[in-house]
Amino acid sequence: MMPEEQPTSTFAVMADNGRGAGPDLHQFLDRLFDLSGVDLSGYSKRALLRRLRSLLSGEGLSGLGELCERIGNDPRFLAHVLDRLMLRVTTMFRDPSFFRLFRDRVVPLLRTYPYPRLWVAGCSTGQEAYSLAIVLREEGLYDRCRIYATDLNEAVLEKARSGVLPLVALDEYEQNYRAAGGIRALSDYYVRGETSAVLDPAVLDRIAVFRHDLARDASFNEFHVIFCRNVLMYFDEALRYRVHQLFSDSLVRLGFLGLGQSESLHLSRHESQYELLSRRHRLYRRVG
Amino acid sequence: MPVPRAVVIGGSAGALEVLRMIVRELPQSLSCPVVIVIHLPSHSSGLAELLGVDTPLTVKQAEDKEPMVAGTIYIAPPSYHLLVEAQRSFALSVDPPVHFSRPSIDVLFETASDVYGAGLIGVLLSGASEDGAAGLQEIHAAGGTTIVQSPLSAEVAIMPAAALALFEPTYVWSPNDIASGLMSLVSGRSP
Repeated sequence: MMPEEQPTSTFAVMADNGRGAGPDLHQFLDRLFDLSGVDLSGYSKRALLRRLRSLLSGEGLSGLGELCERIGNDPRFLAHVLDRLMLRVTTMFRDPSFFRLFRDRVVPLLRTYPYPRLWVAGCSTGQEAYSLAIVLREEGLYDRCRIYATDLNEAVLEKARSGVLPLVALDEYEQNYRAAGGIRALSDYYVRGETSAVLDPAVLDRIAVFRHDLARDASFNEFHVIFCRNVLMYFDEALRYRVHQLFSDSLVRLGFLGLGQSESLHLSRHESQYELLSRRHRLYRRVG
Repeated sequence: MPVPRAVVIGGSAGALEVLRMIVRELPQSLSCPVVIVIHLPSHSSGLAELLGVDTPLTVKQAEDKEPMVAGTIYIAPPSYHLLVEAQRSFALSVDPPVHFSRPSIDVLFETASDVYGAGLIGVLLSGASEDGAAGLQEIHAAGGTTIVQSPLSAEVAIMPAAALALFEPTYVWSPNDIASGLMSLVSGRSP
C-alpha cells in the first residue's frame, strides 16, 4: 500500500477503497451468519472493525465486498476468517493473584459440596480450565469436580481438548503458576516435546470441552463457579445483559463468578445480585 | 481556537517524566477527557496512583464500558488494549499485541480518531518502539492536532522519529513546550 493510500479511518478501509458500494459491517455479519451459523452481531463493533481491518490488510483484500466473495467461495478461508474474528488470546494463571484468591477463598467453600461444577464460559484454547484443574488437583478436590469448558469457536475447542501448550508461552505460564501459589513446578504437569508441550492427561481428565454459544444457547447445568474472564468485553450491551442473565440462571446461590481484571459488574444491572470478594479482583459471590 | 474534545497520549521508554510534567500543567478546569497508553511491564499497575500525586484531577485506570468523562485522566490497564467506542466509552480487548505491545498506542489513537476526528489531540512521547506512529498519522489525516516530542529531547528517539518519518505533525516540541502548549490547547488558546 502506498503512503497516500493509507486508510484514514477504520471505517474507510471497509468501504472497498472508496468505491463505496461494498457491504457495511452489518451486511457482512449477516453473510457470515448465513454461511457459518455463527452470529457475531452482538459483538462490540469497535473490536470487530479492528480485527477486520488487520485481516483485510494481511490478506491484501480491498474491502468487505471482496472478503464476502472469498468466504462464499472458499470454506477453508471462511474457517480462517471466523477464527481470526473470534480468537481470544489466553494465558495460564492470567492475573496470578486472582488464582491465589480463588485458592484461598473459593476452594474451601467448594469442599463443602459433594460434586462441585465449574463452568469456564468462552474458554478459548483452554488455559483457564487447565489452570483451574491444576489448582483443584493440588487442593485434593479435583476427583469430585467437573469443569465444563465451552466456546463458540470450533477451532479452539480442538486445541482445548488436546492439552497442547505452545513452547514460547511456558516460561510465562511457569512464572504465573508460581505467583498464583502453585505448590510444585508447572513442568510437573506437562511433557515437553520438540515443537510443543502436552499436559498430563490427568489434568484434562475432569474437563468436558464442547461448543456453547453465549449469544444463543440456554443454560445447561447449575454451577458453583462460573469463570468468564475477558470475554464479555467483546460483547455489546444487549448481549452482555443476556449473558449475565444466563449466568444468574446458572449459578447456585452463594456461587462464584470470576470476571477479567478490568471488567466489572459495576455498570451492569446484575450488580445487586453479587458481592465482591476483594476490591482488587473481579471475583464475585452471588448473594441475591 | 475550539476546545478539543479529547486528548490521547502515548509513550514508552523515557516517557514517564514528560508525562508527569504534562499532568502537572493540566488545568483543574479541564473540559475534556485525557487518555494515556504507556508501555510498562505487565505487572505494574501503579501509574494512576503515581500521576494522581501530580494533579487534583481524577486519575484512574480505564474500565471496560466505562463512559469517558471530561476532566478525568484515564490510564490503559496493563495487558489490555484500550479502545474508544462510538458512544464515547471505553472497550478493552486481549487481542494479540501490536508492535509487541499490549496496550498498543496505535489501537487507542486509531479508535479515538474514528470517534473524535478533528476534535482530538494526539501526543506521542519518547519511546523505543514504532507503536503510535501510524495511529498519530491517522489523527493527523482526520484533521486532529498532533504533537510529537522532538527526537533530540527524547530519552529514546525511536518512537517520535517513526512518526516524523510518516508525516509532518502540527507541533514538534520539547517536554517543557508540550506541557505548556497542551495546557493552552485544552483551554482553547493558541500555544
